[in-house]
Amino acid sequence: MSDNPKTSRSRSALSWYREGAKQIVSVPAFILMISFIGFGALTREAGLTVFDAMVLGLATWALPSAVVVVGAILAELPFYTTVFAVCLASIRLMPMTMALAPILKGSKVKTWHLLVASNFVAVTAWVYAMNRLPELEDRNARLPFFLGFGLTLAIVNTVIIGLSHTLVTTLPEIMAAGLLFLMPIYFLVSMTQAAKVPAEYLAIGLGLILGPTFHYLNPQTGLLLCGLIGGTLAYLIARVIRVARGEV
Amino acid sequence: MTELLAKPFADWHPLLFILFAGAIPTQMWRWLGVFLSVSLDEDSEILRWVKAVATALVAGLIANLVIYPSGVLADLPLWLRLGALAFGYGVYLVHRGHIIWGILAGESVLLLGALLLS
Repeated sequence: MSDNPKTSRSRSALSWYREGAKQIVSVPAFILMISFIGFGALTREAGLTVFDAMVLGLATWALPSAVVVVGAILAELPFYTTVFAVCLASIRLMPMTMALAPILKGSKVKTWHLLVASNFVAVTAWVYAMNRLPELEDRNARLPFFLGFGLTLAIVNTVIIGLSHTLVTTLPEIMAAGLLFLMPIYFLVSMTQAAKVPAEYLAIGLGLILGPTFHYLNPQTGLLLCGLIGGTLAYLIARVIRVARGEV
Repeated sequence: MTELLAKPFADWHPLLFILFAGAIPTQMWRWLGVFLSVSLDEDSEILRWVKAVATALVAGLIANLVIYPSGVLADLPLWLRLGALAFGYGVYLVHRGHIIWGILAGESVLLLGALLLS
């Protein structure tokens, strides 16, 4: 970046959009692209056409949902069971969007702008946006920046689905394991990086413990319970800390 | 109609199945999130709670990716996966602000362990 994006205030929305689009060359974007290579190969194994695979990836724009649909196709699950499973896999997008939307709001931002932007809420863009957007002092820069990043990620990865579906590559096993491990280690460090208040640190710690615990008890609803119980506990403990510090 | 709802992908037009079983059940949560957030202030108590819930959800997802992994990562022992994650995280906490060192450290431990075990 030639100029400092945090301080230049008089830039146009288009230039912020381009700034966001440029973030396609970043560690998180690279990690997501690798995950989509795996998804493209998976759709081919499941017998989806390359076109259907690309539509599925782009229209859901959430890998867990898309993977659930592929799993349902493989298991020949009925339509309504698939809908139920996809709902459970993507309900997390609601609190994620609710947490991001107020950060995206600016004087010129309308609700329909947020609806469009919300289509790009997925773990990678969310973690990145929660990290970077609050640094942009010009609030009207945030939405175009996020749209530029989100749209570029979506288009590039749709192309990647097409390519990997067509040219299935088999990686050496150790390399494949290393690539699968990139996603969790990246999310963990960048989420901690984005955390600012005690509630967020507590939520990370509780989520790490409760996620696998509840998943063990019930793989379908485990993650949802982890979010609700872990998040509520984190909020309440942090509130006690804030009251003790006299912040509330 | 109810009969169609009980049928799998193969009996549907592929794009309609993708739209109604995949895209809409995913997108509706995002749209709902926008509508619910319209009246929320960035510093409101509800939003602090929602943010904690979202953070715990994503943290749970991260832990599940390591403890219940898919593909070839599942062939590596649990202690190696957890050890690599903990080491990478520890290195990150020492070099606060430079996430790349944490990622490289965790990956190094995982790959080294995988090589030694193979």
